[in-house]
Amino acid sequence: MKLKGRAIFEGKAEGPALVSSSPMSFYGGVNPDTGEVVERGSDLAGQSVKGKVLVFPYGKGSTVGSYILYRLARNGVAPSAIVNAKCETIVAVGAIISEIPCVDMIDVSKIKPGVRVRVDGATLVF
Amino acid sequence: MLAGEQGNATRKAMQILVALGKIYDAERLVKVSSVQVSGVSYKNLGDAGLEFLSELAKDGKARVKTTLNPAGMSLTDWKSQGIDSGFAEKQLQVIDAYGKLGVEVTCTCTPYLAGNEPSFGQHIAWGESSAVAYANSVIGARTNREGGPSALAASLTGLTPLYGLHIRENRVPTIAVDVDTLLRFPEDFSAMGYFVGRTAKDGIPYLRGVQRASLEDLKSLSAALASSGGVAMFHVEGITPEFGLGAKNLETLTFTRKELTETGSQLNDEGVPDFVSVGCPHCSLTELATLAKLLSGHQVKREFWVCCSREVKRLGDEAGYSRLIEKSGAKFALDTCMVVAPVEELGYRVVATNSAKACHYLRNAGLKVRFMPLEECVTEATRSV
Repeated sequence: MKLKGRAIFEGKAEGPALVSSSPMSFYGGVNPDTGEVVERGSDLAGQSVKGKVLVFPYGKGSTVGSYILYRLARNGVAPSAIVNAKCETIVAVGAIISEIPCVDMIDVSKIKPGVRVRVDGATLVF
Repeated sequence: MLAGEQGNATRKAMQILVALGKIYDAERLVKVSSVQVSGVSYKNLGDAGLEFLSELAKDGKARVKTTLNPAGMSLTDWKSQGIDSGFAEKQLQVIDAYGKLGVEVTCTCTPYLAGNEPSFGQHIAWGESSAVAYANSVIGARTNREGGPSALAASLTGLTPLYGLHIRENRVPTIAVDVDTLLRFPEDFSAMGYFVGRTAKDGIPYLRGVQRASLEDLKSLSAALASSGGVAMFHVEGITPEFGLGAKNLETLTFTRKELTETGSQLNDEGVPDFVSVGCPHCSLTELATLAKLLSGHQVKREFWVCCSREVKRLGDEAGYSRLIEKSGAKFALDTCMVVAPVEELGYRVVATNSAKACHYLRNAGLKVRFMPLEECVTEATRSV
C-alpha cells in the first residue's frame, strides 16, 4: 500500500512499524538511554522504539519531550522515522533537531504493527 | 537561511519555524522584536538539552533582544543554596552556551521587569508560560506559547510563524468569568487564576467585575492561569488593553468568596513548613519594599528565599530594601526560584509560598505545600519553631 502525507522533516528511512493507538509523551514516557517505552498504560510499554517506524496519532506532554528525541538519536536508539495523524510542536521540533524523518496527515489506523514501512519524503510504502 | 548559507544553527532554526508554520497553517513568517527563552534549568534540560544548545552555539547568534528564563540555581551563590557541584557544573555549561548564542543571561521569569519590555501590538516569541500570559494580556504584545527550541529558533532568525495569538481574531475571549468578590491581595488573584485555569484550559478567559488590579495582581494571575490550565491570554474588563474584543454569548463561570476560599484550602497540605519562599513569578520592587517593611527588626527562623531578578535586586539595593531583607536572615535567590531549583533534593519537605503556581509544581515534585499571603509567609518564617 502507498500513503501520501505531509513531510515535517524530509528524509528516507525504513523499518518495522511500531504502532501506538494512543498519543505519546516522550518526556517521562520513553527511556532516553535505552529507547524503551516506559509510560504506564501505553500499549507499547516495554517495547523499544529503536530502528522502528514509530506510528502514533500525536504527541503530548512536556515540551522537554523534544530534547528526549534528540537524546534518543544521540544514543543510537531513536526510531528510524515518525508517522503521525497530526504532528504537534513537541514531536515536530524533536524530529527536526534530531534529523528523524517525520510525516503526518496519515490515516495511522491503516498501518498494522510489525509491517515493514518505507518512508520517502511525504510518502509511505508498505 | 533554509539553504544553510548562514550556518547550521540558522538552518536548523529555520527548519523548526517552517515546520511549525506548516502544522499550524501559517500564511507566512513575521518579524519579532523580542524573545524570551525557556528551558534553562539543567533539571529539565538534562544532557540532551545541553548538547543541543552547545551544538547551536557553534555558529548561532541572536538577531533580536533575547532574554533568559531562570536557571536551576543562583549562578554565583549556588554553594550556599546547597546545590551539588555536579549539577552546578552542568548548569553553568548551559548558561555558557546561551551566552555564546548572544542571549542576555537575565535568568528571570519576569523579563518585563528586567529590560525586555515589548509594546502593544508587537509580535514577539516568548517562552515561560506566566510571561506569555502577561505579555499578551497586560502589555498587548502578541506571542504564542513557545517551547524552548521554538523560542530560540525565533531568536536566531528574528522570525516566527504567523498563526494563533499573532492574529487578532484569535485573541477574543472563549469563556467569561463573573467575579463577585473583593480581591484584596495578589494571592487572591493567584487563587482566582488557579480556579479559572482549570476550566478555561487553553482558552481565553474574560474576567468581569474586577475593581482594580496592580502589576503584582496581574503577574500572579498570569502565572496561576497558565499553571492549572494552558491559558496564554486573558482579558480583565476595564483593565487590560484589549478587553472589549468580540465577547458575546460566552459560557460563564462565577467566582465568589466561596470559590476563593475553597481554592485556597485545596492548595494547603498538612504539615509545618520547613521552607518559605516568595517570588513566583519573581518579585517586583514593590514586593521587595513590602518584604523590607515586614521583615525589618525580625529574624527568620527557617530557610526563607526571596526570588527575584538581578535587575530588581539592584533597584532594591539602591532603595535600601535589600539590606533590611538580608539583615533578617532571609536569602535572595537570584537567577532561580523554588520551582526550577531542585528544592526536593535539598532536604525540605513542606513549602510555604504565596504562589498558586509554585504550589502546583512543587506538589508535582513530591513536596507538600502551604498557600498563604505574603504577610503570612513572613509570619510563618519568623515565628519560633
